[in-house]
Amino acid sequence: MPEFIPEDSVGIVTPQHLHFSEPLELKCGKVLPGYNLMIETYGQLNSDHSNAVLICHALTGDHHAAGYHRMEDRKPGWWDVAIGPGKAIDTNRLFVVCLNNLGGCKGSSGPSDTNPVNGLPWGPEFPLITVDDWVETQARLADRLGIQQWAAVVGGSLGGMQTLQWAITYPDRLKHAVAIATAPKLSAQNIAFNEVARQAIMSDEAFHDGHYQAKGTIPKKGLMLARMVGHITYLSDDAMRQKFGRELRAGNLNFDFSAEFQVESYLRYQGENFSSRFDANSYLLMTKALDYFDPAAAYNDSLAAALSSTAAKFMVMSFTTDWRFSPERSREIVDALLAAGKDVSYLEIDAPQGHDAFLMDIPRYTEGLKIYMDRVAREAGC
Amino acid sequence: MRSDFESIIPWIQSESRVLDLACGDGKLLDTLKKQRQISGYGLEINPDNIAACVKRGVNVIEQNLDKGLGNFSDNSFDTVIMTQALQALKYPHLVMDEMLRVGRECIVTFPNFGHWRCRLYLAMNGKMPVSKFMPYSWYDTPNIHFCTFRDFEALCHSRNWQVLDRLVVDQSHQGHWLTKRWPNMLGEIAIYRLTQQSPK
Repeated sequence: MPEFIPEDSVGIVTPQHLHFSEPLELKCGKVLPGYNLMIETYGQLNSDHSNAVLICHALTGDHHAAGYHRMEDRKPGWWDVAIGPGKAIDTNRLFVVCLNNLGGCKGSSGPSDTNPVNGLPWGPEFPLITVDDWVETQARLADRLGIQQWAAVVGGSLGGMQTLQWAITYPDRLKHAVAIATAPKLSAQNIAFNEVARQAIMSDEAFHDGHYQAKGTIPKKGLMLARMVGHITYLSDDAMRQKFGRELRAGNLNFDFSAEFQVESYLRYQGENFSSRFDANSYLLMTKALDYFDPAAAYNDSLAAALSSTAAKFMVMSFTTDWRFSPERSREIVDALLAAGKDVSYLEIDAPQGHDAFLMDIPRYTEGLKIYMDRVAREAGC
Repeated sequence: MRSDFESIIPWIQSESRVLDLACGDGKLLDTLKKQRQISGYGLEINPDNIAACVKRGVNVIEQNLDKGLGNFSDNSFDTVIMTQALQALKYPHLVMDEMLRVGRECIVTFPNFGHWRCRLYLAMNGKMPVSKFMPYSWYDTPNIHFCTFRDFEALCHSRNWQVLDRLVVDQSHQGHWLTKRWPNMLGEIAIYRLTQQSPK
């Protein structure tokens, strides 16, 4: 709980719930007759609407990127280190928009919502959503907010994939694309980890083929396992060694299967915590959106060809110890942009934290982002 | 403006594609963008320099030259430039080969170790030269491959690189007649414009 709101915080924020009644044709072929998006905004939209920045969230993120909902909140929004007055994404100059993506479970339409057709929870009947679909809903959100062109679209991990897709689908609707700790598509290893997570959820007996809400249960164990395996991929070997080493909770071996090592206890805590705040069907959907993302597929597997129509200037950043989306994956994006002759800068940040680094305040990373976003604000006339 | 930059700018065609290896703070690319409307990228590994490039709005890629230019295709740039970095490379000749593969033309500048001050320092002190211009001790220096003009000329010859232009300048003023007469003795900085001997 913050005893007082720090000066560089956006302060107490109130999410907005927006309804979109125009049907949305999805990549999977199905049509959503209408949908809701939960959003938050920080800062002021300027008179010529040129200073808007879209923040795209990663796998389990949401619309609450910065500030606090109430004074009792234990933690601020998920990217509070980067968004606020005077911070890297400076809300004194920029109008920042963040939304919970369609298919999520934090207020936007998703599997845990009621299907208006039969009045039952959507559950597994909610259509699979792709990154393209998200970009479409985000474009409609921009229309609603009166934003013809984003000063920048910014995202890390799965959020970075959305920034790439934005640049491809709507070349004229963003000036800058900032893609952090991301990849142009998942590797077999990435998909394999996602599949383990999905199997953990789907094999939980409380899952009931996705109809757990109707049965009044939650596949808690499955979600917990899914998060545990996910969490391992977010940290580097070094980060885990530093954080936990082989430290024992009780100081001695018990010769049983309780959580003896600190790392076990940490993973269990993370899993437990996650299982009570995230919907299993949403998690399955989000991991599939990751697996399906492959903008080069429609261009004979040439990422350079996929990016050839883009008009945005790119900033790509990666972290040395990130093995989920390693620097090599970011360099694939950079090389494709170079081959396509696009404006791009690339920073490879030396950081021990692994994939999680993109959410942290690492001096060189924060400074690089700040310098770039300062340019974005200048070009927007702020 | 650095004297080698001043000599390079007239060699760059308007609206051409330029790759600047070890681009430093991006000053040269920025100037070329403004004066020659070029499009280009800089490669750099120093974090402060990279930040300075981003600040200027110069495209900069964090990439180590000693790992090659494998991510750039043949003849994808009109000019590949490398100023004052040759002496800091692990395999200067291989990076030069890569530059000539990626660019139609290359411009390379490097300090001349055959300059009279170096010779005098070595002759008088019997120690590796340390000066304002070359401020490092031999055991702790980024400059691991010093050469003289003659050494470089010999390398060009042995690897079939065609020298299109050569200039020698000193730190304060360029192209003094004495420098032209005895470049290997009086020139402080060498500037070469090169291309592959036979077109690929």
